[in-house]
Amino acid sequence: MKSRNAIPGSLPASERELRQTFLQQARLVPGAERITRCLQCGTCTGSCPVSYAMDISPRMVIALFRAGQIEEILRSRTIWICASCYMCTTRCPQQIKITDLLYALKRTAMDKKLYPDRFPVYLLSKNFVRLVNYYGRNQEMLLLLLYYLKRNPFELLRLLPMGWSLMRKGRIALWPKKIQGVEAIRKILGASRALELPREKDKADYDKTMVGYGAVDAGRP
Amino acid sequence: MEYLYYPGCSLESGGRPYDESLRAVFRALGVGLSELKDWNCCGATMYMSLDETTSMAISARNLALSEHNGSRDLVAPCSACYTVLLKTNRFLRESPELKQKVDRILGEAGLKYDLTVAVRHPLDVLVNDIGIEAIAQAAKRSLEGVTFAPYYGCQIVRPERGFDDREFPTSMDRLFERLGARTAYFPLKTRCCGGMLMTTFPDVCLDLVKELLQCAAENEAQCIATTCPLCQINLEAYQKKVNKMFGASYEIPVVYFTQLLGLALGCSEQELGLQRNLIALKAPLSALVA
Repeated sequence: MKSRNAIPGSLPASERELRQTFLQQARLVPGAERITRCLQCGTCTGSCPVSYAMDISPRMVIALFRAGQIEEILRSRTIWICASCYMCTTRCPQQIKITDLLYALKRTAMDKKLYPDRFPVYLLSKNFVRLVNYYGRNQEMLLLLLYYLKRNPFELLRLLPMGWSLMRKGRIALWPKKIQGVEAIRKILGASRALELPREKDKADYDKTMVGYGAVDAGRP
Repeated sequence: MEYLYYPGCSLESGGRPYDESLRAVFRALGVGLSELKDWNCCGATMYMSLDETTSMAISARNLALSEHNGSRDLVAPCSACYTVLLKTNRFLRESPELKQKVDRILGEAGLKYDLTVAVRHPLDVLVNDIGIEAIAQAAKRSLEGVTFAPYYGCQIVRPERGFDDREFPTSMDRLFERLGARTAYFPLKTRCCGGMLMTTFPDVCLDLVKELLQCAAENEAQCIATTCPLCQINLEAYQKKVNKMFGASYEIPVVYFTQLLGLALGCSEQELGLQRNLIALKAPLSALVA
């Protein structure tokens, strides 16, 4: 636990910066502000099929966020191992959008480069996005090739028997092809990037004295 | 009845039997299904992990194209595609800020989307639009003697309450029971199979898959009927790995629910892509594959 300033509610600069990035990402999730309603009942953790493999449980994630320790969450295994099954969101008595907020945390961590080198989830997402941007569609075989070659080529060898049996059954698309509207995808990318760049200026919109979960209300659209 | 069809990237490759059997089933029932021209990838969970706005815009391109094609309902069989397209619709509806951004982005690409397209899952269309009775009337073979485990996966009825209950849906149960089959007791019907975790955290994912296979085996299911291409691959193609890791000996056929339905409707093995499944069907199902 980092030592804290004696003034209650104040956070170190690094924590504030991460918080602002996260709140910007959470802004786009309708209903994100319900995170303030968490009563720490633990239903989410109990429902999560992979919580046993997490270092921080879903319940703890919300508690840590409200305690001003978002950095700990971003460095955890939790946000990456979430399978996005929405069981927590379905059962939460306060209808908190836990899964979608975890996506926002994922994006924050990637934005701030808070993940180890050759990290599997980032590798997969990055290559997926590259393929979609280039072809307009995902090519499963290419994706797995690119991913495993970078992550661990030996794992690729171990998967060969299964890959071969799938190929024999005609379940592997061999030749990637571009869609006709791939230009439209490029334009969408360009326009999206142009829109997101002003994010740097958006930082000024946030009241610098806002800390704690009260800040979520300020960030509501 | 006419529907627009969004196969998704998976159905062109690993999920090919799903694509083939879905088309066969709709054909057998005389319901029109026309593929959306030049559709692009929906973005799935991976694009959403990287950049939400772009992900929404890319997904919305498909919706804009559907609108351009007459705003008919868009049928998306793959669970991830279905969830993402549905989520796009919902987020654009609920967040004016996001809608504004996406409108501008789409405008740059010469597209426009006015929220008039409904995204549907084929199970929903079959059970609720076409109707179980109509399907029963069209059935050519009975599924008497077949016990199946209805595995819905975690995406098609969550997070919003869509066309069925979020934890204990019964669409497949009701459909196949009307066709003569028996539903095995299968409480894990919406438990996550791990999805993409098979590539990023395989140990955890194999454990989840094992739980599902164990439940099906314990309850004497002759096959597992799925609605998601990723679930199908995880449960079928990785059964050998699960056996190796846990010292088990599972050999449970995993079919797409449209393949099972197609059998009842009298479609051939080729039409349903059954020859592409890795684990062969056993009796009495194998008898239906005449």
